[in-house]
Amino acid sequence: MDVILSGLGQGFAVALQPFNLFLVLAGCFLGTLIGALPGIGPINGVAILLPIAYSLGFPPESALILLAGIYYGAEYGGRISSILLNVPGDAGAVMTTLDGSPMAKRGEAGRALSLSGVASFVGGSISIILMTLFAPMLAAFAVKFSPADYVALMVFAFLSLAALVGKSAVKTLLAAVIGLMIASIGVDANTGVMRFTLGSPDLMAGIDFLVIVIGLFGMAELLHLVESYARGTLKTLPVDKTFVSWADLFAVKWVMLRSSLLGFIVGVLPGTGASVASAVSYGTEKRLAGESGKSFGTGDIRGLAAPESANNASAGGAMVPMLTLGIPGSGTTAILLGALLLFNITPGPLLFEQKPEIAWGLIASMYIGNIALLIINLPLVGLFARLLTIPQQYLTPLITVLAFIGVYSVVGNPFDLYMVIGLGVLGWILRKLEFSLAPVILGVVLGNLFEDNLRRALSMSGGDWSILFQSVNSWALYGLAFAVVALPLVMRYFKRKRQASAV
Amino acid sequence: MKPLFLAATLAAALFTLPTLSVAATPEKPECVAPAKPGGGFDLTCRIIQTGMLEAKTLEAPMQVTFMPGGIGAVAYNLFNTTRTDDPNAVVAFSSGSLLNIATGKYGEWTEKDARWIATAGTDYGAVIVKADSPYKDLKGLMDALKADPSSVIVGAGGSVGSQDWMKAALLIKAVDADPKKMRYVAFDGGGESIAALLGGNIGVYTGDLAEMAAHLEAGTMRVLAVMHSDRLPAPFDKIPTAKEQGYDVQWAIIRGYYMGKKASDEAYNAWVELFKKSFESDAFNKVVKDKGLFELKLTGKEMEDYVMQDVAKLRTLATDMGLIEVKK
Repeated sequence: MDVILSGLGQGFAVALQPFNLFLVLAGCFLGTLIGALPGIGPINGVAILLPIAYSLGFPPESALILLAGIYYGAEYGGRISSILLNVPGDAGAVMTTLDGSPMAKRGEAGRALSLSGVASFVGGSISIILMTLFAPMLAAFAVKFSPADYVALMVFAFLSLAALVGKSAVKTLLAAVIGLMIASIGVDANTGVMRFTLGSPDLMAGIDFLVIVIGLFGMAELLHLVESYARGTLKTLPVDKTFVSWADLFAVKWVMLRSSLLGFIVGVLPGTGASVASAVSYGTEKRLAGESGKSFGTGDIRGLAAPESANNASAGGAMVPMLTLGIPGSGTTAILLGALLLFNITPGPLLFEQKPEIAWGLIASMYIGNIALLIINLPLVGLFARLLTIPQQYLTPLITVLAFIGVYSVVGNPFDLYMVIGLGVLGWILRKLEFSLAPVILGVVLGNLFEDNLRRALSMSGGDWSILFQSVNSWALYGLAFAVVALPLVMRYFKRKRQASAV
Repeated sequence: MKPLFLAATLAAALFTLPTLSVAATPEKPECVAPAKPGGGFDLTCRIIQTGMLEAKTLEAPMQVTFMPGGIGAVAYNLFNTTRTDDPNAVVAFSSGSLLNIATGKYGEWTEKDARWIATAGTDYGAVIVKADSPYKDLKGLMDALKADPSSVIVGAGGSVGSQDWMKAALLIKAVDADPKKMRYVAFDGGGESIAALLGGNIGVYTGDLAEMAAHLEAGTMRVLAVMHSDRLPAPFDKIPTAKEQGYDVQWAIIRGYYMGKKASDEAYNAWVELFKKSFESDAFNKVVKDKGLFELKLTGKEMEDYVMQDVAKLRTLATDMGLIEVKK
């Protein structure tokens, strides 16, 4: 404990230097904007700014503080276009569209933005505190987590996903299967065999996740808009001045707490990040809500608070293996690791001993950044919400153009732009057929993780399936998966029994 | 129109002839990393971006662009079609790209479809176990593999047929066992593999040496052997080579740059000269070292010869291992 306190003290001394403080704030602000723009997520934001930070000749701790600010700023910002435009700003914000966008459509954009801002803050804060206290222990847990355990985690995630069932269970399943099919395109990670690439080198690496999100959501949204414009059913939304109330926050306090914990743990595990964290927490909360969970997906504040707490918590969690073991927990932390190398700092187990000013400075800057983000974001809510008063026929095309530029600047291959359009048409048709698009995205994310880890587990065991049921972690996760499915049924049974006996 | 343009270019070239060495340096230098940001190709591009800036060999700032897809295939394809004569851009490659060319993963294009300019540096394969592993030296591991190739779980950051797999397969071959019997687990990159090793999920990691620098001091992992003919400089000088332990298994991971097949001699030579000058600068060499690479300075003809030989060698190896189907 003393070590932690003195370390934090040292860290705050670094982070509170005026220049570093300025960088935290600048990073958070830039990050919010980067996250808000569909197409450029935290990974690309950090990757683009890394060489700039380096060439400006900042000391390493300052550069890292700036980049980390951009990282969690982007996790905050991703929610903005999810809510306002129904286009996720980054991969972790896909689930935010489910309840955020309906809220905005009924004129509560301000409430949704401010509530999700607070949820992000809670998720971020909890994960930083947990990280400060338990980082070394958690790191040991993270590396012990075997491919078989990941399989169990994915089973849990898939069953939570089943909770997403919208109007039709069959359509949700079909949507997830489409996602799984998309996930299987490209070089097989295990054997290096090409799958469904049709001989095209553009498909060898599979379809980029960003392309799928922008296509299925952004492009499909535009097509939907064009359609309603042609039909003359386009509505201009009223200026809304709604804001989150204490009652709202009180109503979701346990949701935020549970989702933060869940998101943090998922974030700590290498390989799983914000998108898995937000999906799992959304599904879990919907299940836990029981009968009242039916309103999830129609603008329920619980359905908004859960994924936003979880994706910010996972950003903090991903820092744990990076700082303590030198192993990145997510794509973005992989780039932060690269940044450390660039500054000739070897990340890893000895970072805290050899360069405490960097390790603790970074952690302290996360405390400051998180508070700063809340302060930056809440007053801006009104401004962002006002974006919606721009007639949609101007706003959405503008955003789509930005998204195209985003995709092209990151990937630099015109083929992907055609892919975006193609997927957009697919997304639009699916929406016409009343499919929910979130399960497609989750099918892609979970499908890859599930397949890779299942095959890893089986190559470890030499094809023996019993490896899937050997560790305590796996059993615990299967137990949780079972509970998520069974609990609502059990609860319904008892409720009916009580009602029956009351009669 | 075209002859006129040609004439104009010729005239311009003639006028600038006396100051050729200055005028020929790429005007808008660009390094294409054929992957997403953050990986090894990104690093390869950053080396010349910062290295040439700090060595002051390149005045115009170099732009780094990303072109992910097909482990370099998309970029290789593009630099054989639309940008094949681009004088300003170089593309990063690694031994992995050469292996892909050898195994036909780049489609119709072969090693003869690019102009190989220079190396950035090199890294070497390493056989790594956890600190408390029962294998104290390479012999212990090799004996176990010889007795039963499936008794040890080997993991690394690439698929079957990738460089990382090759390293493991070469070890197995060295004790005359069948690589197909090996229990090999493919992870997504070095970070996940190290996590799996530390967590005890795999027994051996066939990784790269440079990434071990951070972990050597912490004492959490042990490098049983480096896959090179000679010992390497500190902090790696205490690590024995596979060769000195009686197993001649070598694997170098070179990193370098190429440009399109139809790039003019003038443009190609300008880049080669630029590399030659940079290699002489201490500032440049420091950047190479800081980015975790060992020195390897090949340019121009030397570089092209190396690539031709290496791809031929890899092709034989891959056929041996059953990665390429022999057409009859």
